[in-house]
Amino acid sequence: MEHTNQAGISKELFEKLLEEVHKIGEEVMRPNARDVDANARFPQESIDAIKKLKLIGAYIPTELGGLGLNITQLARVCEALGQYCGSTAMIFAMHQIQVACAVNHGLSNEHFKNYLMKVASDSRLLASATTEMGIGGDLRQSICAVEQNGDSFTLTKNAPVISYGKQADDLFVTSRRTPDSPANDQVHVVVSKEDYELEPSMAWDTMGFRGTCSEGFLVKSKGHIKQIIPAPFADILSQSMHPTSHILWGSLWLGIATDSVNMARAFVRDMMKKNPNAPQTAALRLAEVHSVLQLMRENVHGCAEHYQQLLSENNVEALDTFSFSVKINNLKIASSSLIIDIVSRSLLICGIAGYRNDTKYSLSRHLRDAYGASLMVNNDRIMNHNATLLHMHRGE
Amino acid sequence: MTVQKVREILEKNGRLSTSVTDLANDSDLYNAGLTSLATVGLMLALEDEFNIEIPDSMLGRKTFSSIQSIVDVVEQLTQKA
Repeated sequence: MEHTNQAGISKELFEKLLEEVHKIGEEVMRPNARDVDANARFPQESIDAIKKLKLIGAYIPTELGGLGLNITQLARVCEALGQYCGSTAMIFAMHQIQVACAVNHGLSNEHFKNYLMKVASDSRLLASATTEMGIGGDLRQSICAVEQNGDSFTLTKNAPVISYGKQADDLFVTSRRTPDSPANDQVHVVVSKEDYELEPSMAWDTMGFRGTCSEGFLVKSKGHIKQIIPAPFADILSQSMHPTSHILWGSLWLGIATDSVNMARAFVRDMMKKNPNAPQTAALRLAEVHSVLQLMRENVHGCAEHYQQLLSENNVEALDTFSFSVKINNLKIASSSLIIDIVSRSLLICGIAGYRNDTKYSLSRHLRDAYGASLMVNNDRIMNHNATLLHMHRGE
Repeated sequence: MTVQKVREILEKNGRLSTSVTDLANDSDLYNAGLTSLATVGLMLALEDEFNIEIPDSMLGRKTFSSIQSIVDVVEQLTQKA
Protein backbone atom coordinates (compact mmCIF):
# COMPACT_ATOMS: atom_id res chain seq x y z
CA MET A 1 0.00 0.00 0.00
CA GLU A 2 1.09 3.50 -0.75
CA HIS A 3 -0.13 5.34 2.26
CA THR A 4 -2.03 4.31 5.32
CA ASN A 5 -2.84 7.60 7.00
CA GLN A 6 -3.42 6.10 10.43
CA ALA A 7 -1.92 8.66 12.80
CA GLY A 8 -5.24 10.45 12.86
CA ILE A 9 -5.81 13.72 14.70
CA SER A 10 -5.47 14.37 18.43
CA LYS A 11 -8.20 13.24 20.77
CA GLU A 12 -9.04 16.85 21.68
CA LEU A 13 -9.38 17.97 18.08
CA PHE A 14 -11.41 14.90 17.23
CA GLU A 15 -13.81 15.41 20.17
CA LYS A 16 -14.33 18.98 19.00
CA LEU A 17 -15.04 17.81 15.47
CA LEU A 18 -17.46 15.19 16.73
CA GLU A 19 -19.32 17.90 18.64
CA GLU A 20 -19.66 19.86 15.42
CA VAL A 21 -20.95 16.74 13.67
CA HIS A 22 -23.62 16.26 16.34
CA LYS A 23 -24.50 19.93 16.03
CA ILE A 24 -25.23 19.69 12.29
CA GLY A 25 -27.02 16.44 13.06
CA GLU A 26 -29.44 18.18 15.41
CA GLU A 27 -29.73 21.43 13.47
CA VAL A 28 -29.74 20.26 9.85
CA MET A 29 -29.93 16.50 9.41
CA ARG A 30 -32.66 15.45 11.83
CA PRO A 31 -35.08 18.24 10.82
CA ASN A 32 -34.74 17.22 7.15
CA ALA A 33 -34.53 13.45 7.52
CA ARG A 34 -38.26 12.87 7.35
CA ASP A 35 -38.72 14.91 4.19
CA VAL A 36 -35.69 13.28 2.54
CA ASP A 37 -37.21 9.89 3.33
CA ALA A 38 -40.78 10.74 2.34
CA ASN A 39 -39.77 12.19 -1.03
CA ALA A 40 -36.77 9.94 -1.73
CA ARG A 41 -34.78 13.09 -2.38
CA PHE A 42 -31.07 13.82 -2.08
CA PRO A 43 -30.27 15.34 1.35
CA GLN A 44 -28.71 18.46 -0.16
CA GLU A 45 -28.75 20.62 2.98
CA SER A 46 -27.13 17.85 5.05
CA ILE A 47 -24.39 17.28 2.48
CA ASP A 48 -23.83 21.05 2.30
CA ALA A 49 -23.43 21.12 6.09
CA ILE A 50 -20.96 18.22 5.85
CA LYS A 51 -19.01 20.15 3.22
CA LYS A 52 -18.89 23.22 5.47
CA LEU A 53 -17.16 21.13 8.13
CA LYS A 54 -14.63 20.03 5.46
CA LEU A 55 -15.72 16.45 6.13
CA ILE A 56 -15.64 15.53 2.44
CA GLY A 57 -11.86 15.41 2.88
CA ALA A 58 -12.05 13.75 6.29
CA TYR A 59 -9.82 10.79 5.35
CA ILE A 60 -7.46 12.75 3.10
CA PRO A 61 -4.05 13.44 4.71
CA THR A 62 -3.64 16.96 6.12
CA GLU A 63 -0.67 17.68 3.84
CA LEU A 64 -3.10 17.37 0.92
CA GLY A 65 -5.64 19.66 2.54
CA GLY A 66 -7.81 17.01 4.18
CA LEU A 67 -8.71 16.59 7.84
CA GLY A 68 -6.41 13.59 8.27
CA LEU A 69 -8.71 11.34 10.29
CA ASN A 70 -7.73 7.70 10.69
CA ILE A 71 -10.15 4.84 10.02
CA THR A 72 -11.53 4.55 13.56
CA GLN A 73 -12.14 8.30 13.71
CA LEU A 74 -13.83 8.18 10.31
CA ALA A 75 -15.99 5.30 11.54
CA ARG A 76 -17.05 7.36 14.58
CA VAL A 77 -18.14 10.18 12.29
CA CYS A 78 -20.31 7.72 10.33
CA GLU A 79 -21.74 6.43 13.58
CA ALA A 80 -22.61 9.98 14.66
CA LEU A 81 -24.20 10.86 11.29
CA GLY A 82 -26.24 7.64 11.38
CA GLN A 83 -28.00 8.89 14.48
CA TYR A 84 -29.66 11.67 12.50
CA CYS A 85 -30.25 10.58 8.91
CA GLY A 86 -29.43 7.11 7.59
CA SER A 87 -29.36 8.24 3.96
CA THR A 88 -26.94 11.11 4.60
CA ALA A 89 -24.70 8.83 6.65
CA MET A 90 -24.77 6.21 3.89
CA ILE A 91 -23.85 8.76 1.21
CA PHE A 92 -21.01 10.01 3.41
CA ALA A 93 -19.77 6.46 4.03
CA MET A 94 -19.90 5.49 0.35
CA HIS A 95 -17.97 8.63 -0.58
CA GLN A 96 -15.29 7.88 2.03
CA ILE A 97 -14.90 4.28 0.83
CA GLN A 98 -13.79 5.61 -2.56
CA VAL A 99 -11.55 8.21 -0.92
CA ALA A 100 -9.90 5.39 1.04
CA CYS A 101 -9.24 3.45 -2.19
CA ALA A 102 -7.53 6.48 -3.75
CA VAL A 103 -5.58 7.37 -0.58
CA ASN A 104 -4.37 3.83 0.08
CA HIS A 105 -3.52 2.90 -3.50
CA GLY A 106 -2.98 6.09 -5.48
CA LEU A 107 -0.70 8.32 -3.50
CA SER A 108 2.63 7.31 -5.05
CA ASN A 109 1.28 8.82 -8.19
CA GLU A 110 1.37 12.57 -8.87
CA HIS A 111 -1.99 12.56 -10.63
CA PHE A 112 -3.83 11.04 -7.67
CA LYS A 113 -2.04 13.29 -5.22
CA ASN A 114 -3.33 16.33 -7.13
CA TYR A 115 -6.70 14.71 -7.53
CA LEU A 116 -7.12 14.16 -3.79
CA MET A 117 -6.05 17.75 -3.13
CA LYS A 118 -8.85 18.84 -5.44
CA VAL A 119 -11.36 16.53 -3.73
CA ALA A 120 -10.47 18.16 -0.39
CA SER A 121 -10.32 21.78 -1.57
CA ASP A 122 -13.44 21.65 -3.77
CA SER A 123 -15.36 19.15 -1.63
CA ARG A 124 -15.96 16.88 -4.60
CA LEU A 125 -18.46 14.12 -3.91
CA LEU A 126 -17.33 10.67 -5.09
CA ALA A 127 -19.70 7.88 -6.08
CA SER A 128 -19.03 4.37 -7.28
CA ALA A 129 -20.22 2.21 -10.16
CA THR A 130 -19.29 -1.32 -9.16
CA THR A 131 -22.29 -3.54 -9.84
CA GLU A 132 -23.08 -4.21 -13.48
CA MET A 133 -26.07 -5.35 -15.47
CA GLY A 134 -25.56 -9.00 -16.41
CA ILE A 135 -23.31 -9.73 -13.44
CA GLY A 136 -25.17 -8.47 -10.42
CA GLY A 137 -23.42 -7.93 -7.16
CA ASP A 138 -20.18 -9.85 -7.78
CA LEU A 139 -17.61 -7.07 -7.50
CA ARG A 140 -14.83 -9.29 -8.80
CA GLN A 141 -16.20 -9.54 -12.30
CA SER A 142 -16.78 -6.97 -15.00
CA ILE A 143 -18.18 -7.07 -18.49
CA CYS A 144 -17.28 -3.50 -19.45
CA ALA A 145 -13.69 -2.76 -20.43
CA VAL A 146 -11.33 0.19 -20.69
CA GLU A 147 -10.80 0.91 -24.38
CA GLN A 148 -7.49 2.64 -24.70
CA ASN A 149 -6.60 4.88 -27.60
CA GLY A 150 -3.17 6.46 -27.18
CA ASP A 151 -3.17 8.24 -23.82
CA SER A 152 -6.92 8.43 -23.57
CA PHE A 153 -9.65 5.90 -22.99
CA THR A 154 -13.39 5.43 -23.24
CA LEU A 155 -15.43 3.33 -20.86
CA THR A 156 -19.13 2.46 -21.05
CA LYS A 157 -20.83 0.65 -18.20
CA ASN A 158 -24.41 -0.39 -17.65
CA ALA A 159 -24.77 0.05 -13.89
CA PRO A 160 -28.06 -0.96 -12.26
CA VAL A 161 -27.18 1.09 -9.17
CA ILE A 162 -25.12 4.22 -8.75
CA SER A 163 -25.94 5.83 -5.42
CA TYR A 164 -26.35 9.64 -5.77
CA GLY A 165 -25.06 9.23 -9.33
CA LYS A 166 -26.73 12.47 -10.44
CA GLN A 167 -25.29 14.49 -7.58
CA ALA A 168 -21.75 13.09 -7.62
CA ASP A 169 -18.77 15.00 -9.03
CA ASP A 170 -16.67 11.92 -9.83
CA LEU A 171 -17.38 8.26 -10.43
CA PHE A 172 -15.13 5.35 -9.45
CA VAL A 173 -15.86 2.64 -11.99
CA THR A 174 -14.69 -0.97 -11.91
CA SER A 175 -13.93 -2.41 -15.30
CA ARG A 176 -11.86 -5.01 -17.13
CA ARG A 177 -8.34 -3.78 -17.82
CA THR A 178 -8.68 -4.21 -21.62
CA PRO A 179 -11.35 -5.59 -23.98
CA ASP A 180 -9.30 -8.84 -24.11
CA SER A 181 -8.94 -9.24 -20.34
CA PRO A 182 -10.77 -11.98 -18.45
CA ALA A 183 -13.74 -10.89 -16.33
CA ASN A 184 -11.72 -10.75 -13.11
CA ASP A 185 -8.71 -8.80 -14.39
CA GLN A 186 -10.06 -5.49 -13.23
CA VAL A 187 -9.01 -1.91 -12.66
CA HIS A 188 -10.59 0.95 -10.74
CA VAL A 189 -11.05 4.01 -12.92
CA VAL A 190 -11.89 7.55 -11.83
CA VAL A 191 -13.94 9.66 -14.22
CA SER A 192 -15.13 13.22 -13.67
CA LYS A 193 -18.60 14.56 -14.35
CA GLU A 194 -17.21 16.85 -17.04
CA ASP A 195 -16.26 13.65 -18.91
CA TYR A 196 -19.27 11.39 -18.50
CA GLU A 197 -22.89 11.18 -19.46
CA LEU A 198 -25.49 9.32 -17.45
CA GLU A 199 -28.52 7.83 -19.16
CA PRO A 200 -31.02 6.93 -16.44
CA SER A 201 -32.22 3.31 -16.65
CA MET A 202 -33.83 2.56 -13.31
CA ALA A 203 -35.51 4.66 -10.62
CA TRP A 204 -34.94 4.37 -6.85
CA ASP A 205 -38.20 3.96 -4.99
CA THR A 206 -37.36 1.66 -2.12
CA MET A 207 -38.32 0.75 1.42
CA GLY A 208 -35.38 2.50 3.04
CA PHE A 209 -32.23 4.54 2.44
CA ARG A 210 -34.46 6.46 0.10
CA GLY A 211 -32.36 9.61 0.11
CA THR A 212 -29.33 7.84 -1.37
CA CYS A 213 -31.04 8.16 -4.78
CA SER A 214 -29.37 4.95 -5.96
CA GLU A 215 -30.69 5.00 -9.49
CA GLY A 216 -29.46 2.91 -12.41
CA PHE A 217 -27.56 4.49 -15.30
CA LEU A 218 -25.76 3.74 -18.50
CA VAL A 219 -22.42 5.50 -17.97
CA LYS A 220 -20.57 6.74 -21.02
CA SER A 221 -17.22 8.14 -20.00
CA LYS A 222 -13.83 9.16 -21.28
CA GLY A 223 -10.57 10.21 -19.72
CA HIS A 224 -6.79 10.06 -19.63
CA ILE A 225 -5.15 6.73 -18.75
CA LYS A 226 -3.54 8.32 -15.68
CA GLN A 227 -7.04 8.27 -14.15
CA ILE A 228 -6.77 4.49 -13.77
CA ILE A 229 -5.62 3.65 -10.23
CA PRO A 230 -2.26 1.88 -10.69
CA ALA A 231 -2.95 -1.03 -8.28
CA PRO A 232 -4.97 -4.05 -9.48
CA PHE A 233 -8.59 -3.84 -8.33
CA ALA A 234 -8.22 -7.21 -6.56
CA ASP A 235 -5.72 -5.58 -4.15
CA ILE A 236 -7.78 -2.43 -3.76
CA LEU A 237 -10.80 -4.55 -2.89
CA SER A 238 -9.21 -6.87 -0.34
CA GLN A 239 -7.00 -4.29 1.34
CA SER A 240 -9.25 -1.25 1.25
CA MET A 241 -12.70 -1.35 -0.25
CA HIS A 242 -13.96 -4.51 1.45
CA PRO A 243 -12.83 -3.71 5.01
CA THR A 244 -13.61 0.02 4.75
CA SER A 245 -17.11 -0.65 3.39
CA HIS A 246 -18.15 -3.02 6.12
CA ILE A 247 -16.58 -0.96 8.89
CA LEU A 248 -18.17 2.30 7.75
CA TRP A 249 -21.54 0.73 6.93
CA GLY A 250 -21.52 -1.12 10.25
CA SER A 251 -20.76 2.19 11.95
CA LEU A 252 -23.65 4.08 10.42
CA TRP A 253 -26.01 1.16 11.08
CA LEU A 254 -24.78 1.33 14.66
CA GLY A 255 -25.74 5.03 14.61
CA ILE A 256 -29.27 4.18 13.45
CA ALA A 257 -29.55 1.47 16.10
CA THR A 258 -28.25 3.85 18.75
CA ASP A 259 -30.84 6.48 17.84
CA SER A 260 -33.65 3.93 18.07
CA VAL A 261 -32.49 2.88 21.54
CA ASN A 262 -32.20 6.55 22.53
CA MET A 263 -35.81 7.02 21.49
CA ALA A 264 -36.87 3.93 23.42
CA ARG A 265 -35.06 5.27 26.48
CA ALA A 266 -36.76 8.67 26.17
CA PHE A 267 -40.09 6.92 25.78
CA VAL A 268 -39.60 4.84 28.93
CA ARG A 269 -38.60 7.94 30.87
CA ASP A 270 -41.64 9.85 29.61
CA MET A 271 -43.85 6.98 30.63
CA MET A 272 -42.33 6.89 34.10
CA LYS A 273 -43.01 10.59 34.52
CA LYS A 274 -46.60 10.23 33.45
CA ASN A 275 -47.38 7.09 35.37
CA PRO A 276 -44.78 6.07 37.98
CA ASN A 277 -46.86 3.06 39.04
CA ALA A 278 -47.12 1.51 35.58
CA PRO A 279 -45.66 -1.99 35.13
CA GLN A 280 -41.92 -2.06 34.32
CA THR A 281 -42.16 -4.19 31.19
CA ALA A 282 -40.89 -1.50 28.82
CA ALA A 283 -37.99 -0.71 31.15
CA LEU A 284 -37.07 -4.38 31.18
CA ARG A 285 -37.15 -4.48 27.39
CA LEU A 286 -34.94 -1.39 27.36
CA ALA A 287 -32.42 -3.18 29.57
CA GLU A 288 -32.47 -6.07 27.11
CA VAL A 289 -32.04 -4.04 23.93
CA HIS A 290 -29.31 -2.01 25.58
CA SER A 291 -27.16 -5.10 25.99
CA VAL A 292 -27.67 -6.04 22.33
CA LEU A 293 -26.64 -2.53 21.30
CA GLN A 294 -23.45 -2.89 23.32
CA LEU A 295 -22.71 -6.17 21.54
CA MET A 296 -23.08 -4.48 18.18
CA ARG A 297 -21.03 -1.46 19.20
CA GLU A 298 -18.11 -3.48 20.56
CA ASN A 299 -18.01 -5.61 17.42
CA VAL A 300 -17.98 -2.60 15.09
CA HIS A 301 -15.41 -0.72 17.16
CA GLY A 302 -13.25 -3.82 17.60
CA CYS A 303 -13.10 -4.54 13.87
CA ALA A 304 -12.32 -0.89 13.10
CA GLU A 305 -9.46 -0.92 15.60
CA HIS A 306 -8.13 -4.20 14.21
CA TYR A 307 -8.14 -2.81 10.68
CA GLN A 308 -6.46 0.37 11.83
CA GLN A 309 -3.76 -1.68 13.53
CA LEU A 310 -3.04 -3.65 10.33
CA LEU A 311 -3.05 -0.46 8.26
CA SER A 312 -0.67 1.34 10.56
CA GLU A 313 1.72 -1.64 10.38
CA ASN A 314 1.18 -1.62 6.59
CA ASN A 315 0.62 -5.35 7.08
CA VAL A 316 -0.49 -6.19 3.54
CA GLU A 317 0.07 -9.93 4.11
CA ALA A 318 -2.44 -10.01 6.96
CA LEU A 319 -4.94 -7.89 5.04
CA ASP A 320 -4.76 -10.37 2.16
CA THR A 321 -5.44 -13.47 4.28
CA PHE A 322 -8.72 -15.34 4.03
CA SER A 323 -9.11 -15.14 7.80
CA PHE A 324 -9.21 -11.33 7.66
CA SER A 325 -11.85 -11.49 4.91
CA VAL A 326 -13.89 -13.89 7.02
CA LYS A 327 -13.71 -11.53 9.97
CA ILE A 328 -14.86 -8.53 7.94
CA ASN A 329 -17.66 -10.59 6.40
CA ASN A 330 -18.73 -11.64 9.88
CA LEU A 331 -18.87 -7.99 10.90
CA LYS A 332 -21.20 -7.28 7.98
CA ILE A 333 -23.47 -10.24 8.70
CA ALA A 334 -23.66 -9.53 12.43
CA SER A 335 -24.19 -5.78 12.27
CA SER A 336 -26.78 -5.94 9.49
CA SER A 337 -28.74 -8.52 11.49
CA LEU A 338 -28.37 -6.76 14.83
CA ILE A 339 -29.64 -3.44 13.47
CA ILE A 340 -32.98 -5.10 12.60
CA ASP A 341 -33.11 -6.78 15.99
CA ILE A 342 -32.34 -3.57 17.88
CA VAL A 343 -34.76 -1.34 15.98
CA SER A 344 -37.52 -3.98 16.29
CA ARG A 345 -37.00 -4.22 20.05
CA SER A 346 -37.06 -0.42 20.30
CA LEU A 347 -40.33 -0.40 18.39
CA LEU A 348 -41.89 -2.82 20.89
CA ILE A 349 -40.88 -0.43 23.66
CA CYS A 350 -42.28 2.69 21.98
CA GLY A 351 -45.38 0.77 20.94
CA ILE A 352 -47.97 2.53 18.86
CA ALA A 353 -46.07 5.83 19.25
CA GLY A 354 -43.17 4.23 17.43
CA TYR A 355 -45.44 2.70 14.81
CA ARG A 356 -47.01 6.06 13.96
CA ASN A 357 -45.33 8.31 11.44
CA ASP A 358 -46.27 11.53 13.20
CA THR A 359 -44.75 11.23 16.67
CA LYS A 360 -41.28 12.06 17.94
CA TYR A 361 -40.91 8.35 18.68
CA SER A 362 -41.62 7.23 15.13
CA LEU A 363 -39.32 4.36 14.14
CA SER A 364 -40.69 3.80 10.66
CA ARG A 365 -37.62 5.16 8.84
CA HIS A 366 -35.20 3.40 11.17
CA LEU A 367 -36.90 0.06 10.62
CA ARG A 368 -37.11 0.45 6.85
CA ASP A 369 -33.47 1.55 6.68
CA ALA A 370 -32.50 -1.39 8.90
CA TYR A 371 -33.83 -3.95 6.46
CA GLY A 372 -31.63 -2.55 3.70
CA ALA A 373 -28.48 -3.44 5.61
CA SER A 374 -28.67 -7.18 5.01
CA LEU A 375 -29.55 -6.68 1.34
CA MET A 376 -26.91 -4.23 0.15
CA VAL A 377 -24.32 -6.86 -0.74
CA ASN A 378 -26.71 -9.65 0.14
CA ASN A 379 -25.91 -11.52 3.35
CA ASP A 380 -26.57 -14.84 1.62
CA ARG A 381 -23.82 -14.08 -0.89
CA ILE A 382 -21.44 -13.17 1.93
CA MET A 383 -22.40 -16.23 3.95
CA ASN A 384 -21.73 -18.48 0.94
CA HIS A 385 -18.37 -16.84 0.58
CA ASN A 386 -17.51 -17.46 4.20
CA ALA A 387 -18.75 -21.04 3.91
CA THR A 388 -16.07 -21.55 1.25
CA LEU A 389 -13.33 -19.61 3.02
CA LEU A 390 -13.93 -21.39 6.32
CA HIS A 391 -12.72 -24.64 4.73
CA MET A 392 -9.36 -22.93 4.69
CA HIS A 393 -9.49 -21.49 8.19
CA ARG A 394 -7.45 -23.00 11.01
CA GLY A 395 -9.69 -21.77 13.76
CA GLU A 396 -8.94 -19.40 16.61
CA MET B 1 10.41 -31.39 -8.53
CA THR B 2 7.94 -29.41 -6.49
CA VAL B 3 6.92 -27.45 -9.57
CA GLN B 4 5.98 -30.60 -11.46
CA LYS B 5 3.91 -31.95 -8.59
CA VAL B 6 2.20 -28.59 -8.05
CA ARG B 7 1.35 -28.52 -11.74
CA GLU B 8 -0.18 -32.00 -11.55
CA ILE B 9 -2.25 -31.10 -8.50
CA LEU B 10 -3.36 -27.88 -10.13
CA GLU B 11 -4.41 -29.74 -13.29
CA LYS B 12 -6.52 -32.11 -11.21
CA ASN B 13 -8.03 -29.65 -8.73
CA GLY B 14 -7.81 -26.16 -10.19
CA ARG B 15 -10.82 -26.39 -12.51
CA LEU B 16 -9.10 -23.83 -14.70
CA SER B 17 -10.38 -22.65 -18.02
CA THR B 18 -6.96 -23.30 -19.61
CA SER B 19 -4.74 -26.36 -19.46
CA VAL B 20 -1.94 -26.06 -16.91
CA THR B 21 0.62 -26.95 -19.58
CA ASP B 22 -0.25 -23.66 -21.30
CA LEU B 23 0.53 -21.67 -18.16
CA ALA B 24 3.89 -20.19 -17.22
CA ASN B 25 5.00 -20.46 -13.61
CA ASP B 26 4.17 -16.80 -13.08
CA SER B 27 0.83 -16.74 -14.95
CA ASP B 28 -2.05 -15.35 -12.93
CA LEU B 29 -4.19 -18.30 -11.89
CA TYR B 30 -7.23 -16.17 -11.12
CA ASN B 31 -7.14 -14.86 -14.67
CA ALA B 32 -6.95 -18.51 -15.74
CA GLY B 33 -10.24 -19.12 -13.96
CA LEU B 34 -9.27 -20.21 -10.45
CA THR B 35 -12.28 -19.69 -8.16
CA SER B 36 -12.35 -19.57 -4.37
CA LEU B 37 -14.16 -22.90 -4.24
CA ALA B 38 -11.51 -24.52 -6.44
CA THR B 39 -8.88 -22.99 -4.17
CA VAL B 40 -10.29 -25.07 -1.31
CA GLY B 41 -9.80 -28.32 -3.26
CA LEU B 42 -6.37 -27.20 -4.36
CA MET B 43 -5.31 -26.39 -0.82
CA LEU B 44 -6.53 -29.72 0.56
CA ALA B 45 -4.74 -31.63 -2.21
CA LEU B 46 -1.50 -29.71 -1.64
CA GLU B 47 -1.62 -30.39 2.08
CA ASP B 48 -2.21 -34.09 1.44
CA GLU B 49 0.46 -34.48 -1.18
CA PHE B 50 3.21 -32.62 0.63
CA ASN B 51 2.10 -33.52 4.13
CA ILE B 52 2.00 -29.91 5.24
CA GLU B 53 -0.44 -27.60 6.99
CA ILE B 54 -0.60 -24.15 5.46
CA PRO B 55 -1.01 -21.68 8.36
CA ASP B 56 -3.71 -18.97 8.39
CA SER B 57 -1.09 -16.28 7.84
CA MET B 58 -0.26 -17.82 4.45
CA LEU B 59 -3.80 -18.62 3.43
CA GLY B 60 -4.60 -15.69 1.22
CA ARG B 61 -5.28 -14.72 -2.34
CA LYS B 62 -1.57 -14.12 -3.09
CA THR B 63 -0.51 -17.66 -2.12
CA PHE B 64 -2.67 -19.16 -4.85
CA SER B 65 -2.10 -16.44 -7.43
CA SER B 66 0.53 -18.34 -9.48
CA ILE B 67 2.27 -21.71 -9.71
CA GLN B 68 5.44 -20.03 -8.47
CA SER B 69 3.76 -18.55 -5.39
CA ILE B 70 2.31 -21.97 -4.51
CA VAL B 71 5.73 -23.59 -4.97
CA ASP B 72 7.32 -20.94 -2.73
CA VAL B 73 4.87 -21.63 0.07
CA VAL B 74 5.15 -25.42 -0.28
CA GLU B 75 8.97 -25.27 -0.24
CA GLN B 76 9.01 -22.98 2.73
CA LEU B 77 6.77 -25.38 4.66
CA THR B 78 8.48 -28.61 3.62
CA GLN B 79 11.89 -27.20 4.56
CA LYS B 80 10.54 -26.46 8.02
CA ALA B 81 9.28 -30.00 8.50
